[in-house]
Amino acid sequence: MLEEAAPEWLSEEVKTGTTIIGIEYDGGVVLGSDSRVSAGETVVNRVMNKLSPLHDKIYCALSGSAADAQTMAEIVNYQLDVHSIEIGEDPQVRSAATLVRNISYKYREELSAHLIVAGWDRRNGGQVFATMKGLLTRQPFAVGGSGSSYVYGFVDAEYRRGMSKQECQQFVVNTLSLAMNRDGSSGGVAYIVTIDEHGTEEKVILGNQLPTFFDQ
Amino acid sequence: MKPNAALEGLFNGGNTPKAMKTGTTIAGVVFKDGVVLGADTRATSGEVVADKMCAKIHYISPNIYCCGAGTAADTEKTTDLLSSNLAIYSLNSGRNPRVVMAVNILQDMLYRYHGQIGANLILGGVDCTGNHLYTVGPYGSVNKVPYLSMGSGDLAALGILEDGFKPDLELEPAKELVRAAIKAGIMNDLGSGNNIDICVITKQRVDYIRPYQESQYKDNRKIKYKYRPGMTPFLTEKVVPLKLEVVQESVQKMETA
Repeated sequence: MLEEAAPEWLSEEVKTGTTIIGIEYDGGVVLGSDSRVSAGETVVNRVMNKLSPLHDKIYCALSGSAADAQTMAEIVNYQLDVHSIEIGEDPQVRSAATLVRNISYKYREELSAHLIVAGWDRRNGGQVFATMKGLLTRQPFAVGGSGSSYVYGFVDAEYRRGMSKQECQQFVVNTLSLAMNRDGSSGGVAYIVTIDEHGTEEKVILGNQLPTFFDQ
Repeated sequence: MKPNAALEGLFNGGNTPKAMKTGTTIAGVVFKDGVVLGADTRATSGEVVADKMCAKIHYISPNIYCCGAGTAADTEKTTDLLSSNLAIYSLNSGRNPRVVMAVNILQDMLYRYHGQIGANLILGGVDCTGNHLYTVGPYGSVNKVPYLSMGSGDLAALGILEDGFKPDLELEPAKELVRAAIKAGIMNDLGSGNNIDICVITKQRVDYIRPYQESQYKDNRKIKYKYRPGMTPFLTEKVVPLKLEVVQESVQKMETA
């Protein structure tokens, strides 16, 4: 007996149910995310790039409600463009993070998205900011999304100050792989973005190329 | 989200009219020379098929078409609004509309209504930047992918697409892939059925093939339900002539100089 002609998930909100991570090193930052977008129990997009550019050398990682996060990123992208034309130079990462924070604080009751902002600027080099629910804090590394709960132990134990660019990229890939294996709402492929003085480098690591751990 | 919650109060616990949902299978594939969109043609209202030949592929602009799943009225109106707005934008700027413009307008509109508009749309088109396929959800989230399916039959169709999709397909294999995907949705989902419509968009032209494949389960009506002229018997006849008077006559000369 048909209760409803259409399944529940069609009207359910689309969440990015994610793992995102950002880490800074001397000279730049590495941002990473998985690629799964879910609506209820269905995967709506298995190859979504959740690393969204806010400016040439500033990216943000999206998590939470897909619509809210995408819209916030678009609005901040526009505001940052205007700001950088007004000041006549590339914007600071802190400015981008502040713009994101302003939106998530003002609309904290209506929005349910968390963005990690990371980038490189001339003044302070590589920086990572967390902006959940309206706070603004600079951290050496930040994890977010539903998959982050499973890897707090790993990142706390494995992080060391003064890692090189390659070590940071490996750290990000390992973290994403572990989280994607344990969290049902994270999966697909891994997207990595490395931002430094010389530019931005985007990389995709396919599912079967991710590092494997004890149970695989 | 239940925008009609207020309506339920008026019916005192009786049966509220159910919104007509398209309970659908729609799919799209990007191929070498353009985009192929496909859809079934069944519209359901509760458990009754309300329309057996519903058109789910909507015109947006000469180079962009849109498939809609969800509440039928919402998809119709949203795509009409989008089509008008896009026409105004392109007249204002003097450029052909781009698919990404349509996506942005849609996302803006749907996000503003926070999911109250139940429209799941697949937008496909060809513009000067290439061949594009996007999907927009009712809350305003956008996904850009080379192939996808939406609607209640989407998982069945997605299985076919995942198996058969390759980048840079030729036209005929692409049409066949979409046809097979919609067919899978029709066969395995109660909310989808009847015929299959296909729309092929390329740089040179648009082929809207409706229907591309007809359902093999067509019913045969036993008798005709049309009344022949003269079947209704006259009981009485009364003729009343209307007396009309000329009140005013005015002549306007037409200048042809």
